[in-house]
Amino acid sequence: MSFLTVQNLYKSFGGNRAVDDVSFALAKGELLALIGPNGAGKSTCFNMLYGILAPDKGSVCLDGRELIGMKPRDIWRLGVGRTFQITAVYASMSVVENVQMALISHHRKTFSAFTRAARLYRDDAMALLNLIGMKDQADRAANILAYGDLKRLELAVAMAHDPALLLMDEPTAGMAPGERRALMKLTADIVAERGVSVLFTEHDMDVVFENAHRVLVLNRGQLLAEGSVDDVRANPAVQEVYLGGGTTFGGDGDHA
Amino acid sequence: MAFYFAQLLTGMANASALFLVASGLSIIFGVTRVVNFSHGSLYMLGAYIAYSSMTVLPGIIGFWASILVAGLAVGLIGMIIEVCVLKPIYKAPELFQLVATFGVILVIQDMALLIWGPEDLFGQRAPGFEGVVEIFGERVPSYDLVLIVLAVVVLIGLWYLFTKTRVGILVRAATQDREMVSALGVNQSVLFSGVFFLGAFLAGIGGAAQLPKGSANLLMDFGILAPIFVVVVTGGMGSIWGAFVAAMLISVLQVYGIRFLPNSTLVLMFIVMAVVLVIRPWGLFGKPEAAGDHGSQGPPPKPFRQLDPSGRIIVAVIIAALTLVPLSGVNFLSVLFADIIIFCLFAASLHYILGVGGLVSFGHAAFYGGGAYVAALFVQYAGTPMELALMLAPLGAGFAALIIGWFCVRLTGVYFAMLTLACAQVLWSIVFQWDEVTGGDDGMLSIWPSAWASEPGVYYYLVLVLGVGGVLVLRAMAHTPFGYALRGTRDSALRTEAIGMNVKLIQWMAFVFAGAMAGLAGGLFVFAKGSVFPTEMEIATSFDALIMVFLGGVQSLTGPIAGASVFTLLQDWLSRFEYWRLLLGLLIIFIAILLPGGLAGAVDQVKALLGRAPKDEAAP
Repeated sequence: MSFLTVQNLYKSFGGNRAVDDVSFALAKGELLALIGPNGAGKSTCFNMLYGILAPDKGSVCLDGRELIGMKPRDIWRLGVGRTFQITAVYASMSVVENVQMALISHHRKTFSAFTRAARLYRDDAMALLNLIGMKDQADRAANILAYGDLKRLELAVAMAHDPALLLMDEPTAGMAPGERRALMKLTADIVAERGVSVLFTEHDMDVVFENAHRVLVLNRGQLLAEGSVDDVRANPAVQEVYLGGGTTFGGDGDHA
Repeated sequence: MAFYFAQLLTGMANASALFLVASGLSIIFGVTRVVNFSHGSLYMLGAYIAYSSMTVLPGIIGFWASILVAGLAVGLIGMIIEVCVLKPIYKAPELFQLVATFGVILVIQDMALLIWGPEDLFGQRAPGFEGVVEIFGERVPSYDLVLIVLAVVVLIGLWYLFTKTRVGILVRAATQDREMVSALGVNQSVLFSGVFFLGAFLAGIGGAAQLPKGSANLLMDFGILAPIFVVVVTGGMGSIWGAFVAAMLISVLQVYGIRFLPNSTLVLMFIVMAVVLVIRPWGLFGKPEAAGDHGSQGPPPKPFRQLDPSGRIIVAVIIAALTLVPLSGVNFLSVLFADIIIFCLFAASLHYILGVGGLVSFGHAAFYGGGAYVAALFVQYAGTPMELALMLAPLGAGFAALIIGWFCVRLTGVYFAMLTLACAQVLWSIVFQWDEVTGGDDGMLSIWPSAWASEPGVYYYLVLVLGVGGVLVLRAMAHTPFGYALRGTRDSALRTEAIGMNVKLIQWMAFVFAGAMAGLAGGLFVFAKGSVFPTEMEIATSFDALIMVFLGGVQSLTGPIAGASVFTLLQDWLSRFEYWRLLLGLLIIFIAILLPGGLAGAVDQVKALLGRAPKDEAAP
């Protein structure tokens, strides 16, 4: 049975229909890729799922609960983790403290005034860092990390409250090819091990085809194709969008 | 009916100067992202220079040319400020520019005193517009009509400049994306100087044109600062139409307000602003602050460190030394050191929201002075003993922060700074205007400690315990989960919401906590002095606290303590000179340019030179 159900989502900016009647479902433990050329509506979709943008109409149900109208922080409490296209970490804190923050919030200790934050849930945070292979960097300042490590740190932070659903907006953007593979392999392993569902957007087709269980293709706000990696690869409409005339697919250098 | 129309004209005439100065501020901010706090000083200089050219060069250039000369001269002064003070620090965080322009206020204040003396100077009346005209049977000063026409002409002129000319379009482009405009081959440096000239020119004209209605005096600079901030925030930062509409709205309401609620004119202004901001957080014509904070490109904030063992020993030694002060038997020393401790607490409380939370408050004196007044009022009207009054001071200040903070945390960055300043100014005006209760300008006297603590030496120990205790609590709070969460909102609000924390709630609570601690400092202050005056709440006091934090270094928990100590001693020493503001102002400007890390940063630099870099920086 589907865990996340998106039904008839619409969003226009002025006269431009950024997301136009998009529906899809995500099963437990599934790794679902949302792809499409620049301007296809991927990020708009993402932001509506996470309560940052309000849709014009439509519904997003997580395990039977309607997410539309909820704030990002409340969606997080329902067990949805998220990483950002441009990493958002606490630059003035150490790596392990970044993870501890998510744990502090999860255990509802944000307004606690009688303990030292640095001591809270440090072991749990270390375990998460171990999972992503950054234990040896735990006490480094987050602002001196390499970009790939920042992306991994975001993954650890997003996993801190043991989410059932992970939303990853271009998890490998800006990384070197080798790092991209490693990060997605890690994500796939975590999904397999913990039964987390993942929805991610991605420009790198190798990353998508290697890891996704299923692929959704968006074009000009509409769902163009949906299915297994092989189905989508063989779909002539998708090939048209990605390799065809070049009118719909201008400046995306990532694919090449 | 005719009467109300005449009142409307009076209000619009009052709006004229407000609009000219506010639009100048707005234009400068739009392009350079600098809030020029010395804009009120430029307005004041406009009036003084016009006075001089009218009296020194009578008949040669005449009244109208004097206004133009004043505008041009102030424009040039604005350019000099831009080139000498701001150009070197455009890349520094916003706070540096704000503090540096505050230094300029001090310098201009003393220069004006030096050149024109302390007396109010009354200029001549506008030739041909000395009298009144009758409109629907009501007498209206004809010069009021001139001022209204002036405002409309300037509005149309600016509209033409910004929509119809190439230069204006470049300026608007720069407002949206500075990097892009310079990539298109526009010389940014010239553009910035030009914009400063224009903004200062408008302020100068505003001040000069005001001369026939009042005088040139030394209170003009701070006097207009709060109203123009209210106008700019209400109208929307960077919007000329917004400045015009807000200036009109507020001045006209002010005029009717004097008629019906004579003692609450300034509060009225605040209510207008509050209503607008609740409905439109970025003002009537404003847009949300551009993402990516153009102004501050400094290095990322450094983590706060727990004190290492040697640091703990130093703190213990300092506290031990402080306990010995009254034993010297010199009362003067007990008084001076009590002042220092009180200011340390005040500065540390500001640092909590500014340094830890990244919220630059320009109105923190509201809570310091607020605490002082709460204590004084309870003592005077309820006969409350000192012990209880010292508890009520932080509670009262915290309550004020609860209300003011609710409005302020809705905004960020420069908007937050201006709104806190405006709110503080409203509290000040309540205290100032409500003679019967607060004594107004005369303050409240004879607020002495309980008998057991009446000796300066004994009261000093009370200050030491509560003051140092307060500072330690503030420090500890920076290391609690709440302090970390607050730091998180500063580093990345996006991430903080994405891990389930309520950013605005955290900021609001921090604002209340910092306000309460400032209130405690104010409570200690009032019993130390035995009196309290509205000056404890005024803009200059808020700036004092900012300068202490800034002097010590924003990025360090020890910074505000060092800053407050040095600043208090410095002020104590400098105030013996006649023109101490000039010296202090220059000092502030030099520190902003030369010591971007404050005292704490300078200590780190020296340590690094000696090969003892702090650990977290040693990592590769």
